[in-house]
Amino acid sequence: MINKFVASPEAALADVPDGATIMIHGFGNAGMPSVLIDALIAQGARELTIVNNNAGNADTGLAALIGAKRVRKILCSFPRQADSWHFERLYRAGEIELELVPQGTLAERIRAAGAGIGAFFTPTAYGTKLAEGKETRRIHDRDYVLEYPIHADYALIKADRADRWGNLTYRKSARNFGPIMAMAAKTTVAQVRETVELGELDPEHIVTPGIFVKRIVKH
Amino acid sequence: MKKLDRKQMAARVARDIPEGAYVNLGIGLPTLVADYLPKGREIILHSENGILGVGPKPAPGAEDEDLINAGKEPVTLLTGGSYFHHADSFGMIRGRHLDFAILGAFQVSAAGDLANWHTGGADAIPAVGGAMDLAVGAKKVLVMMEHLTKSGESKIVERCSYPLTGARCVDRIYTDLAVIDVKADGLHVVDLVENLSFEELQRLTGVPLKRLATAA
Repeated sequence: MINKFVASPEAALADVPDGATIMIHGFGNAGMPSVLIDALIAQGARELTIVNNNAGNADTGLAALIGAKRVRKILCSFPRQADSWHFERLYRAGEIELELVPQGTLAERIRAAGAGIGAFFTPTAYGTKLAEGKETRRIHDRDYVLEYPIHADYALIKADRADRWGNLTYRKSARNFGPIMAMAAKTTVAQVRETVELGELDPEHIVTPGIFVKRIVKH
Repeated sequence: MKKLDRKQMAARVARDIPEGAYVNLGIGLPTLVADYLPKGREIILHSENGILGVGPKPAPGAEDEDLINAGKEPVTLLTGGSYFHHADSFGMIRGRHLDFAILGAFQVSAAGDLANWHTGGADAIPAVGGAMDLAVGAKKVLVMMEHLTKSGESKIVERCSYPLTGARCVDRIYTDLAVIDVKADGLHVVDLVENLSFEELQRLTGVPLKRLATAA
């Protein structure tokens, strides 16, 4: 019998090694899997590469992980916010590497990884600093920049409801990066508000099919 | 001459958004446009984090942390609105499905280059968000900005001195002094504030302007 429910966040993240690449779902705090992040901090893995839209807010969640100096590098689109002080301090001290990626390119690089795409051409950032050194191509009458997928060892996501096969639904704008990160990682761990029996989720409404999800923690 | 204040600028832009348009409002000044969209026009606002049909701010106490806009402020959803993931959201942007992106700017060049993400300062932490995607993706890119910097320099320039967000992407500029179309043959003044002559606007603006027959 397939059962992806795991007893605790600690059990769900016990095998995360040092140096792992981890996608963390969320746009600001909407969709951020804070219970899983707290468990990751407690677990102790270091030298992590993190993929998120932002670089943490205030002192909890991703900001706490960064503040605990567990993050070697972050890929994100918008690290500069008034309350991203943990990132700012380490960035200015040269203790964290930043790869700044336009938000749509970040999303598409994640999607490409999950969908088996080797690379893609996007018009975004052509002619700007963020395309410097990158391969470009003119296709018909437009200029494009070559971008590569972002693969991850783990994705930590927050969903609304889950069944034991790993099917997920989300809530409102907290969906954001969840579905594409779930596809892009070798091991996707979902923190969910509610677990339900198989069949309770309307198959027409399942957003992330269980094939993309390995472990589920109810919180 | 009487400069438009921020609310008047928002109202001026809102007047030009037609029934049925799909529109993304940038963070800051463009967000104000939502408050001035003409009643009775159905206009659908898009938010990069996966919302079509963004509604007004919720009543105090009715905020939902799972329902925020791209500026991370609490919002509501209009009846008929929808949610989707980030790759779909930027597919809408990059795939030329949005009718308008309304963006703030530090500078716009005579050729329609946009600089709005980075001051280029060595100690500034770079952050781009969705600006570069909106600049290349929307069918029309409208810029809203003050005409002059605080020290009186024109923000419409021959070449942007700040790092570019997108090249040749701006279609129209709304400032507190004028509305200006960016066309292949130059900048065309569409509209001026009261008691501002074309000649005075030209004197204040760093690059040559063309006068439209309809402009005062």
